[in-house]
Amino acid sequence: MFLINCPYCGEREQVEFNCGGEAHIARPKNPPDLSDDQWADYLFMRKNIKGVQFERWNHSSGCRRWFNIVRNTATDEILKIYNMGESPPNINGDDPNTPSGEPNIGSGNISSTFNKK
Amino acid sequence: MKKPKKYSIFSLVKNALTYHENWQPVWRSPEPKKKYDAIIIGGGGHGLTTAYYLAKNHGINNIAVIEKGWIGGGNTGRNTTIIRSNYLWDQSAGLYEHALKLWEGMSQELNYNVMFSQRGVMNVAHTLHDVRELKRRWHANRLNDIDCEWLSTNEVKKFCPVINTSPKIRYPVLGATLQRRAGTARHDAVAWGYARGADAMGVDIIQNCEVTNINVVNGKVTGIETTKGTIQSNKIGVVAAGHSSVIANMVNIRLPLESRPLQALVSEPVKPIIDTVVMSNTIHAYVSQSDKGELVIGAGTDGYCSYTQRGGFNIVEDTISAVVELFPLFSRMKMLRHWGGIVDICPDASPIVSKTHINGLYFNCGWGTGGFKATPGSGWVFAHTIANDEPHELNAPFTINRFSSGELVDEHGAAAVAH
Repeated sequence: MFLINCPYCGEREQVEFNCGGEAHIARPKNPPDLSDDQWADYLFMRKNIKGVQFERWNHSSGCRRWFNIVRNTATDEILKIYNMGESPPNINGDDPNTPSGEPNIGSGNISSTFNKK
Repeated sequence: MKKPKKYSIFSLVKNALTYHENWQPVWRSPEPKKKYDAIIIGGGGHGLTTAYYLAKNHGINNIAVIEKGWIGGGNTGRNTTIIRSNYLWDQSAGLYEHALKLWEGMSQELNYNVMFSQRGVMNVAHTLHDVRELKRRWHANRLNDIDCEWLSTNEVKKFCPVINTSPKIRYPVLGATLQRRAGTARHDAVAWGYARGADAMGVDIIQNCEVTNINVVNGKVTGIETTKGTIQSNKIGVVAAGHSSVIANMVNIRLPLESRPLQALVSEPVKPIIDTVVMSNTIHAYVSQSDKGELVIGAGTDGYCSYTQRGGFNIVEDTISAVVELFPLFSRMKMLRHWGGIVDICPDASPIVSKTHINGLYFNCGWGTGGFKATPGSGWVFAHTIANDEPHELNAPFTINRFSSGELVDEHGAAAVAH
């Protein structure tokens, strides 16, 4: 449970939004040439990162517009919100300490490693 | 190695006379050896059963189960303990029914009471579409020799008198399917029982040890890096549930999984009031009563990827309002505890129990919201896959390759509650 600062409507509860999954998955430019494995990769395979993940969200119970969010999936902390079509921002320093590990102060809390500007 | 003492009425009496101070530990806590014949990553129910059946059915005893926390502390200890096999497709029916048969003999086999209670699971229909879908599943189950019956509204009321069958509620009860052999079990006991059984056959259960990398040389696994050092093995089975993608990302294996929070809650304990499991897809709730008397209520998943083991309150509110409509007499009960687990959801709501393109690396994941019921069957077929380097006939349809071939096993309907 968290708040999302919609770039068009302002800060609202997460329940007003729908997550559209991983962002920046480009639709293949040459569909007829793709192998079955390449199609599977495009359609189904996901990074599912624990840590900083780039996602698409839609304000489905509000303005119904799409935008991108950079979110730490280990803490649910939102690091950056940017428009559709923009290239992903460079964000470092907020990954969990170990691959499956928890942030310093425990799961679900705000991380202490990333400084908001 | 000292063989564990058998539990019996005599051992209970004997230990009662010494104030229960002389029970021996149920499993050892060894330091990891340098090399094992097989390593299982993940000490939940599925991982422990995999180790157990590798030792029991395939004679591979030199195994380590590596667990980053404590055994059964993940989704094994966080589910709503429902066990059933009323799945739609033949592939799933085979897998889940095999598991259900193992549940039926589990306490005897393990000499450990897992409190398996075949109290029946009722899937309630609230719309004409529900009725059609559930009747379709009922017939599919009968064709697969899985017990299932159709109950009319009056029969539902007779089977579970506390349910509200008034035609005036927003989603009235139009009927239900009932699998009488389905039921619940004590989830922790399953992990502990299999841990004890595996440990007795020489399996090393290593807790508080996190895997940080998987070593691959020339397309073959050679071992793992952990917080307790390097451990070598040519066979590695990954049973990491919600964290499967984290392990897969170490070796650049792409999985079709999304890890999401799934919440559950229990009420204060009350006297026996509901002696079956009631599940409803449409209004999205499932309820049973534990032996302690708590109502065990399952909610839905949150609609986004997260590893936080907690979800949104709106999900809890939706679930509780559904439960209260179906059981108005629960409306003033207090909820005691509420938690979330991270479930690895596959696009077709079916698991992946499969070899990978890396030699000696196997994945058992994607059980999503309904893995507990499959615990023994999952371990059985995964052990076969690891031991023989080829799938058991029951898990042959559940490869990673099905996402390329298109042979998906779409069980969104039989997942009983849409997530």
